[in-house]
Amino acid sequence: MKPIARQVLFYGALLGLWSLICRLHVWPPYVLPAPWAIVQALLAGFQDHSFPIAIFASMRRMVIGYCISVVLGTFLGIALASNQFLEQTVSGLLVSLQSLPSICWLPLAVLWFGLSENAILFVIVMGSLLSVTISMETGRKQMPKIYSMAGRNLGARKWNLFYYVLLPASMPYIVTGLKQGWAFAWRSLFAGEMIYVTLGLGQQLNAGRDLNDMNLVIAVMVLIIAIGTTVDRLLFRTIERRLQMKWGLLSAT
Amino acid sequence: MTSSPNLIENPNVLHGLGNAMARRAALVNSHVESATPKLWLQNLSLKYRTTQGERMLALDSIDLQVRAGEFLCIVGPSGCGKSTLLYLIAGLHEPTSGAVLMDGKRVERTGTDRIMIFQEHGLFPWLTVGENVEFGMKMKGVEKKLRRERVREYLNLVHLGKFQKSYIHQLSGGMKQRVAIARALATEPDVLLMDEPFAALDAQTRDLLHDELERIWAETGRTIVFVTHNVREAVRLGDRVAVLTFRPGRLKREYAIDLPRPRHLEDAEVAGTARDILADLREEINKSLAAEYQQ
Repeated sequence: MKPIARQVLFYGALLGLWSLICRLHVWPPYVLPAPWAIVQALLAGFQDHSFPIAIFASMRRMVIGYCISVVLGTFLGIALASNQFLEQTVSGLLVSLQSLPSICWLPLAVLWFGLSENAILFVIVMGSLLSVTISMETGRKQMPKIYSMAGRNLGARKWNLFYYVLLPASMPYIVTGLKQGWAFAWRSLFAGEMIYVTLGLGQQLNAGRDLNDMNLVIAVMVLIIAIGTTVDRLLFRTIERRLQMKWGLLSAT
Repeated sequence: MTSSPNLIENPNVLHGLGNAMARRAALVNSHVESATPKLWLQNLSLKYRTTQGERMLALDSIDLQVRAGEFLCIVGPSGCGKSTLLYLIAGLHEPTSGAVLMDGKRVERTGTDRIMIFQEHGLFPWLTVGENVEFGMKMKGVEKKLRRERVREYLNLVHLGKFQKSYIHQLSGGMKQRVAIARALATEPDVLLMDEPFAALDAQTRDLLHDELERIWAETGRTIVFVTHNVREAVRLGDRVAVLTFRPGRLKREYAIDLPRPRHLEDAEVAGTARDILADLREEINKSLAAEYQQ
């Protein structure tokens, strides 16, 4: 109960301070709107369906891009972990590519795919593919050898060995990679959406800027934070916690 | 019930274990008559390449036979390749030359007729205790109903029936090794290969597990090859103790242990025999220490 009480207190104080500053008219409302104005903007956005439509468009893109990353990253990571030549060559290249922020792929994507959906998808994939690949590779390599030996010893071969032993044994690394991949994809999504104007939350942000509507800008930012946090908490934290409980990496509460 | 004469003549065999021993003798007798040994290591050598690229001879011309139902212990200083020997029998490594024969047939790869029990138990943390025990049977394609029955049976054998649904990290070190034993036995192997399974346990737990292993061995009639650096443990458990030399690992000498069962680590005879073997082993241990200090 105590941490929750603290959190309530903290957010309450934050909102209170924000309202107070607005009441004092330190800055004009088009620079710093009041909290209730943001709430109104959010309600309005949901009432005229512009937010649900934008959320759907963005999430659709996100899910498609992320799935491509996960599938490609899985195969790439496994290939890298099981082939010494690839490991010594491609691995290094991937690590250097990771130093390139995903938004830097956008000009290239636009020249390749034109101002299209595919350009954004490409940026999402490039943003998250590498972290999925690298964690998949480390998962396969860092996995204690004893698991694969015990598995082979107990009669697991080829597909069975992979599916019942190697895959679950590297799951802690894989989940970390998937989570990181999601976070990178999420960042890349908005980078792409804001430059290439199309339906989506990024476009709503741009619309707010164009209309000089600070309420809309902050409302969309709140939405992006809320969705990002929800996915992280509900999906990845749950999976992580489950895994940690099973493996005993976390004291069961 | 057929009984093994040397056991019955022996007055020291206690009643509980005596019964089990007689049962085991019956089990063993059914196939011991055939002249082929259960395991036959023929002129086994293994060379490997170190990280510096040197060729190291780990095992050199090991020639060893293990009878069906025998409890063979292998002792040697650390680094003599005694674990490697088990990996070769298990089919996890391939010998550079020579061969491992099981029931007269050459071992080419891993098989569920030879199950290894590792020092660090090697249980799968993502599975429950029951699922771990079930694993080998599942890989073998044993039918689900039978698998369930055997999981219960073997967990009861190691007194862990209540822990079927627990996860591995919830168990103590000794319990983990018992699960590992149950998991190995559940695939119904002919041979158990044990690689210093009790080395990481405290003395009391180890004593208990010695008793339990001896009982299980007596009840199930399995052949056991048990590797340890602890000579007294080898004498306490083994029908025979083989001593390996340090780098390269060669078979130095074999000792038949004719002491009555059940034995205890504290028995004067066990201690005495262990002292003799240790004297033999001392030279090798010194070599291993010298090599360590040089590094």
